[in-house]
Amino acid sequence: MSRRKRDDGYEHGYRKRRRVVSEQAEIEDRLESLIIRVGDKTSSSLESNLEGLASVLEADMNTYKSKILRILSECPIQMPEKCTIYSTLVGLLNAKNYNFGGEFVEQMVRNLKEALREGQWESARLIVRFISDMVNCHIVSASSLLQLYDSFIDAAMEQGVPQVRRDWYMYALLTALPWVGRELFEKKENDLERIMAAMEGYLRRRNTAHVAALRVWNCDTPHPQEEYLECIWAQVRKLRTDEWQERHIYRPYLAFDSILSEALQHNLPVILPPPHTASTQYPLPWVVFRMFDYTDCPEAGPLLPGTHSVERYLIEEHLHQIVTRHHNERKELATQLLAFPQRNKIPLEYMIVEVLFSELFNMPSPRYLEISYGCTLIELCKLQPSTMPQVLAQATELLYERIDTMNATCFDRFVSWFSYHLSNFQFRWSWDDWQNCLSLEKDHPKAKFVSEVFGKCLRLSYYKRVNEMVPECYSPLLPPKPEPYFKYQTEGGNGLPGATQVQALTELLRKKPTPEEVLELIQQLPNPLKDDDGDMEPSHNPLAIEVFVQTLLHLGSKSFTHTFAGLAKYHSVFKTICENEEAQICMLRQVYELWQNHPQFLGVVVDKMLKTQIVECCAVANWIFSRDMAPEFTRSYIWEILHLTIRKMNKHVVRLEKEVADARAKLRAAPSDSESSDDDPNREAGEKRRRTVSNKDTPKDGEEQPTEEMVERMEERLEAAQSDQKNLFLIVFQRFIMILSEHVVRCDTDGKDFNTFWYQWTVGRLQQVFMAHHEQVEKYSQTLETLLFTHDLDSNILDTFRQFQALRS
Amino acid sequence: MAVASTYRDQHFKGSRVEQERLLGQSCTLYVGNLSFYTTEEQIHELFGKCGDIKRIIMGLDKFTRTPCGFCFVEFYLRNDAENAIRFVNGTRLDDRIVRTDWDAGFIEGRQYGRGKTGGQVRDEYRTDFDGGRGGWGKMIQQKVATSAANN
Repeated sequence: MSRRKRDDGYEHGYRKRRRVVSEQAEIEDRLESLIIRVGDKTSSSLESNLEGLASVLEADMNTYKSKILRILSECPIQMPEKCTIYSTLVGLLNAKNYNFGGEFVEQMVRNLKEALREGQWESARLIVRFISDMVNCHIVSASSLLQLYDSFIDAAMEQGVPQVRRDWYMYALLTALPWVGRELFEKKENDLERIMAAMEGYLRRRNTAHVAALRVWNCDTPHPQEEYLECIWAQVRKLRTDEWQERHIYRPYLAFDSILSEALQHNLPVILPPPHTASTQYPLPWVVFRMFDYTDCPEAGPLLPGTHSVERYLIEEHLHQIVTRHHNERKELATQLLAFPQRNKIPLEYMIVEVLFSELFNMPSPRYLEISYGCTLIELCKLQPSTMPQVLAQATELLYERIDTMNATCFDRFVSWFSYHLSNFQFRWSWDDWQNCLSLEKDHPKAKFVSEVFGKCLRLSYYKRVNEMVPECYSPLLPPKPEPYFKYQTEGGNGLPGATQVQALTELLRKKPTPEEVLELIQQLPNPLKDDDGDMEPSHNPLAIEVFVQTLLHLGSKSFTHTFAGLAKYHSVFKTICENEEAQICMLRQVYELWQNHPQFLGVVVDKMLKTQIVECCAVANWIFSRDMAPEFTRSYIWEILHLTIRKMNKHVVRLEKEVADARAKLRAAPSDSESSDDDPNREAGEKRRRTVSNKDTPKDGEEQPTEEMVERMEERLEAAQSDQKNLFLIVFQRFIMILSEHVVRCDTDGKDFNTFWYQWTVGRLQQVFMAHHEQVEKYSQTLETLLFTHDLDSNILDTFRQFQALRS
Repeated sequence: MAVASTYRDQHFKGSRVEQERLLGQSCTLYVGNLSFYTTEEQIHELFGKCGDIKRIIMGLDKFTRTPCGFCFVEFYLRNDAENAIRFVNGTRLDDRIVRTDWDAGFIEGRQYGRGKTGGQVRDEYRTDFDGGRGGWGKMIQQKVATSAANN
């Protein structure tokens, strides 16, 4: 009886508490929702919504203050396009409740300090902008904002720290000025001028060596490719000449001027930028991508804002923010882009296309997967079929026109995008317009573009289709039929060395022999490398490799799956006859011979061989740079293969680094076993068990605790992998230097200009290695500088390295 | 996002709970509405844009062992498979809109069509003419054949 009563009481109290708690949670959720959705489309005006919401929040302030503070401080950062809406809202709250205003300012300052400490640069930048806008709403005093600006300028002037750090502090200021410039101009003109003068000085002294590496096109016609900081500086300077009158940003606080100007302002506390440490990562610089100007857009339509108008900056930033928010949902992204707030005042499709291409062509790499931009453009065409496809076609024409000066990395991406896009639209294109490329040499960028696009279209379709999609005149640029070339079955093929063994092996393989039986047959082949004296044991038997590799791969040529099955079953044979690098290069040569007309298949086979460790990364690198492959050197598939090879190596190292870091962390966190008393029999037994039970050196997640010994072994493996990685980069860069230097010397001797298409492509490919793998290459920058990229090198080659170094300096 | 569709494999050996669990951690996608002539190479080229592919298993007619318009694409990383659902699903391969969906994982035997005549079930009952998938649906083909035989 009494128990039941007690239970009732407890449950009753519990349920009551739960009800109160859940009620509270409900109200909090509702407040959060109201705050998040303020400014979104409603039937009433924004002003009345703001007034209403300010009253609601003020009423609930006592109970829900911390929640309100948190949401209000996060919203303007999560939804930066609504910055001015939130500053107005906080302004109204501050007018009603001075203390709340003070606490909010403290919250923002805390958030800023944390963002700076944690290296969340974009958030920090948006916080600085929001704080600046808070001056417009009389929440923060202009003088204390200027103090903040001064401390940022001091940070920009600091000696002995990377330029990328100093740049950021400048950039944060510059991108806040459009919001608060006018207010500062009216109230603190002298201080504003002082700040502008400091920024001018900074920008004049800056190093811009990195720009060449980041430009999509290496020339400034028809549109200058400006470095991002230079561009915003020009835009802000123009704003200044307009007396800081900025008309694009929507400012709800103007409607509340009488209320807000009555409010008391708060002073920002001193905010000191956290010092630079070696491990701090700063955002990389970029070059502003420009492909359109107002002459490209229809005359009758709205005007495209000029390159140096602040409006251009604001709209582009907003479009990029929409991409950030919806980049994983292409339909939503396309919808939101097309629903851009001021879409009737601008040539929206042009700006969207320019922004998306700027992301696709971003150097060193796009923010998101290349294909995401491609399918977003397709969605846009679906949603706006009367305008988007035309703008996209116009853009494609422009890109083709200017392809002569496009860097190799972006060239690849353009080829990839265009062929992918065509594959979604039945490969229809006005090929006639591009016939001029047929009279150009094969290595000319235009001719190369068309032939590479054909190659990619072939991969996404089939031979007959590609032939049918273009006018006949294009046949010189069309790829060959993607079939294996099995020389033993050609005219006179049965007279070739090894032909009989090929026949024998083919028949044997049809009977599904064991790897040992296959090995037995191949090892009977004579070795053409063997001297008659038989003194030196050759490193490999090229004839055996030739016969085995070509026969096996030919039998598996029907599909990837067939080939993979063959590679798997006879893996041990590969390992036996291709032990060293020379043998592996010989093998790659055989693979190439068989699949020379089907670059896709070649790449997939090499990839599989790397995965199953039949071939080492260094062998692939040396094979690519070998004399045999020289005729193919400017073909894109070669570089596809090199980059997949480097990526494999990088992934391997990164994975081991993570494993070691995780294991070390686990070791640190747990009580140290090695220090434990030796006389605990259970623990000793436990350790022993751990050591014998785990065959792998890495403990699985959440399972056993790693021992010091295990971690040391992991570190050894990591060191070995890093050494392999360094070696790979050394080989690649050294071969580049050799091949480029040879070319320059040869041209010198022959009295010819060295700046041929081949030379430009090769320098471009060198640059591509730096850009595509910059994070990993960075680790070996010192070594590269000491060993390879020395002062005596040809300046063009050295420049590529210097530009790469300038990325983070 | 990248949520599984409402389709659930009726032949799945295991509980519904188990199936959901596997779907939630899978790196394998089912790809449907392929043409019978779409090759492994084409699939590899398109899906390879989302990440490293572990393997592709072509869906085959149970009797003829020829492709019957679907396949499985297995990635090494689930995130890459998610991206395929985000960016490839609903776009064209070989001129056809392809559909991707999470799969609980390839098991030997699942590469065969489950339709009575050896291909996919959907090709048994459909009433349209699809040149890339053998023309008319099988039921209609049979009806046409029997009525021709009777005349």
